[in-house]
Amino acid sequence: MPILEGQDVTKYFGGLAAVSHVDFYVDRGEIVGLIGPNGAGKTTLFNLISAALPISAGEIRFKEQKLNGLKPHQICKKGVSRTFQETKVFGNMSVLQNVLVGAFFGSPNRVSGADAAREATQAVDFVGLPAMSATPIQDLTLVNQKRVEVARALATRPELLLLDELMAGLNSTEVSEAMELVTRIRDTGITIFMVEHVMKAIMGICERIMVLHHGEKIAEGTPREIAANKKVIEIYLGEETYAGS
Amino acid sequence: MIERISQLIITGILAGGIYGLLAMGLSLQYGVCRVLNITHGEFVMLAGVLTYTLCASLGINPLVAAAITGPLMFVLGFLLHITLFRGLKARTPSPAVFEGSALLVAFGLMYVILYLGKIGWGGLPMPVYYLNKTVHFAGMTFFLNQIVAFAIAVAIGVGIYVFLSRSRLGRAIRATAEDPATAGLMGVNVNLILAFSFGLGAFLAGIAGPLSAMISPPKTSMGFSNTVIALIVVVLGGLGSVPGSFIAGIIVGIVSFLVIGLWEPVLTVPVYYAILMILLLVRPAGLLGKK
Amino acid sequence: MGFLVLLLVFLATFPLYGGVYHVRVLIAVLTFVILAASWAMFSGSTGYMSLAPAAFFGLGIYTMCVLEKELPFLIIIVIGGLVAFAFALLVGLVTLRLKGMYFAIFTFGLVVFMSELINYLEVALRGTHGWHITPLGNTTIFYTMLILAVVTVLAIYFIRRSRLGLAMNSIGGNEDAAEHMGINTTRVKVLTFAISSMFMGAAGVITAPIWIYVNANIAFSTYYSFMPILMAVFGGMGYLYGPIIGAVVFAYLERIVRNEFPDYFMIGFGIILVVVILFLPNGLVGLIQKLQKVGLISKLLNRGKEEQHANT
Repeated sequence: MPILEGQDVTKYFGGLAAVSHVDFYVDRGEIVGLIGPNGAGKTTLFNLISAALPISAGEIRFKEQKLNGLKPHQICKKGVSRTFQETKVFGNMSVLQNVLVGAFFGSPNRVSGADAAREATQAVDFVGLPAMSATPIQDLTLVNQKRVEVARALATRPELLLLDELMAGLNSTEVSEAMELVTRIRDTGITIFMVEHVMKAIMGICERIMVLHHGEKIAEGTPREIAANKKVIEIYLGEETYAGS
Repeated sequence: MIERISQLIITGILAGGIYGLLAMGLSLQYGVCRVLNITHGEFVMLAGVLTYTLCASLGINPLVAAAITGPLMFVLGFLLHITLFRGLKARTPSPAVFEGSALLVAFGLMYVILYLGKIGWGGLPMPVYYLNKTVHFAGMTFFLNQIVAFAIAVAIGVGIYVFLSRSRLGRAIRATAEDPATAGLMGVNVNLILAFSFGLGAFLAGIAGPLSAMISPPKTSMGFSNTVIALIVVVLGGLGSVPGSFIAGIIVGIVSFLVIGLWEPVLTVPVYYAILMILLLVRPAGLLGKK
Repeated sequence: MGFLVLLLVFLATFPLYGGVYHVRVLIAVLTFVILAASWAMFSGSTGYMSLAPAAFFGLGIYTMCVLEKELPFLIIIVIGGLVAFAFALLVGLVTLRLKGMYFAIFTFGLVVFMSELINYLEVALRGTHGWHITPLGNTTIFYTMLILAVVTVLAIYFIRRSRLGLAMNSIGGNEDAAEHMGINTTRVKVLTFAISSMFMGAAGVITAPIWIYVNANIAFSTYYSFMPILMAVFGGMGYLYGPIIGAVVFAYLERIVRNEFPDYFMIGFGIILVVVILFLPNGLVGLIQKLQKVGLISKLLNRGKEEQHANT
């Protein structure tokens, strides 16, 4: 039984369909990749899952429960958390405080101050930033800010984690580190659904890949199958990102 | 009774022309520059009292004065944007913080302009009536200046609409409003466009001032209520829509004259707020706004 | 900590040696402390700029007008707070579901809305404008305002350190992210806005017997929106002490310049607001903090040089 399921998911902006009749599923414990050229609708799909945007048609289910009509904070408490393409950290707080927000509010039950602090510290350690707990987040590099975003999402104790272009702007070493982090997260039992442009990462850690183009799903399969898929190769011809694989 | 109501309605429609002009200016400033310019009404006031001074000392009529106050307000708006808001934009970490800070800057500015006006022109109304002749139509009485003001306001509105949709500069403005980063990448001088748009909004206030002055005497306290009207009309019409501003302006005009004529003039603002509340509950995007 | 205790003792005993004029000035200072601190509690942390403190302050004043003869003073203070709380809940529920722009637009004209509506109702229901309030002794008013100010500051102190405070700050930091981390942002905003308005209303109740004569235009004056905002921004709207310092500075400043330069002083204050937002967004307290950091660094540098000299 898939942990996340989408049926006929559609989103219109005016007359334009940003996401068009997409069916998808993610099984528990998988790392699934979502790729496609710019404007394909990947982040929009994430925004529909997390309810950052209202869905125009179709249904999204998490653990058999409909997500349609719920608000983002309710979806978070149900066990879905995410990071954002344009890093949305709390610029007015320290690293630890950022993660504390997730720890305090991400769970459906009331979390005590001690538990939240413990949860947050663990998350900060997990992403490899223990020395920076008290640092104002504005002083961190973009790479590290992204890590804090991940820690914050982890502190909400999710069962499903949506990662939106985690590797964007990272150099080769940083990409490898991030890949290792993602795998480690999955090994703790969290399912991962990730939007990515960096092919090395997608091909390296995803068990399954979905390809969107102009809002429609045009291919789905293992990394090997996708790499050999003619349609996929066509749409990426001329895209510089493909050269990164 | 029917004539009385029809007269109120038509007077309201005529007033709505100016309201639409007001709203367009504010809509431009917020839609493009993301500055909720609550000083907008004070610009109208400045233009209005300046109209009085120009007409009294130069012997010209308000319509000629508009040719001076319009560009003058444009320059003032342009300069204010360059000196205040451009710098603010560079200093604020996020768009949300910018909007909040810009609002407070406008709030401080409002008091500066208001009290400068009070010191310069005092608190009394300063009549500068023009085209005061009455016009009779179907048993109802109107003033020529109301009709002329409406016609000019609509003409300018149409002009702005055509400018924004057809001209190159207009397209650059719309692109900047939509997505400044992309517009910049496509070669648009974003800073210049922002300052220009802000100035353009102020220009419209600079025209609304004399138009309103020839109908009812300007006074230095008129700014606030003009801002309130502009805000309500912008929300009702929908941000960014020129036709929306005018339709909403006409609706607000009709409503306000009906309230003044049939109920109580003091209740105009409470009625605006009732409209605003319903709007915010049901359709915040307004009549023609993008969702 | 000791400083605070001393300050409280000083304030508590002030009427004994202060003299009537200074007691009245202090009452005004305390009023502004409550208004500025309450405003900053909501607007300073969430970034949703309310332009309507005067609306809630005025509601408190009018609550006192209406209930003065019916109930004891202290009860009216509580009721005034609750009336303001309820009204803020209503305003918040309508506007805080939406983007900050709508909240700003709604609060901008709210003060005028209140004064016009009440003007009309007064004439319709009572036939006259205005109310005469029986004056209460300066000392009574001083102590009530002092207690309210202490209660307000304490409440804000505890809220800032609580879950609610963290939620408010995260909304100010990035509202989308806050919503996605499990915070019901609308509920947090509405609740905090209502709490901040409650203190403003209570302060209004206490102010009525000082002003003695009140009508809708006196009670609902945009001056009491502008000044608290100026004070909070100048002092530093993100800090607990910022608005308090700002209130003290400008309450005294206002007294001085108001007589010398009527009308002109408002231009000066408006300019100060603009300048502070542009160049000192964290206010006076923020500046002091920054200077402290720099001061520390230069002290360390000097010590480093001394050690170098000692070693050669």
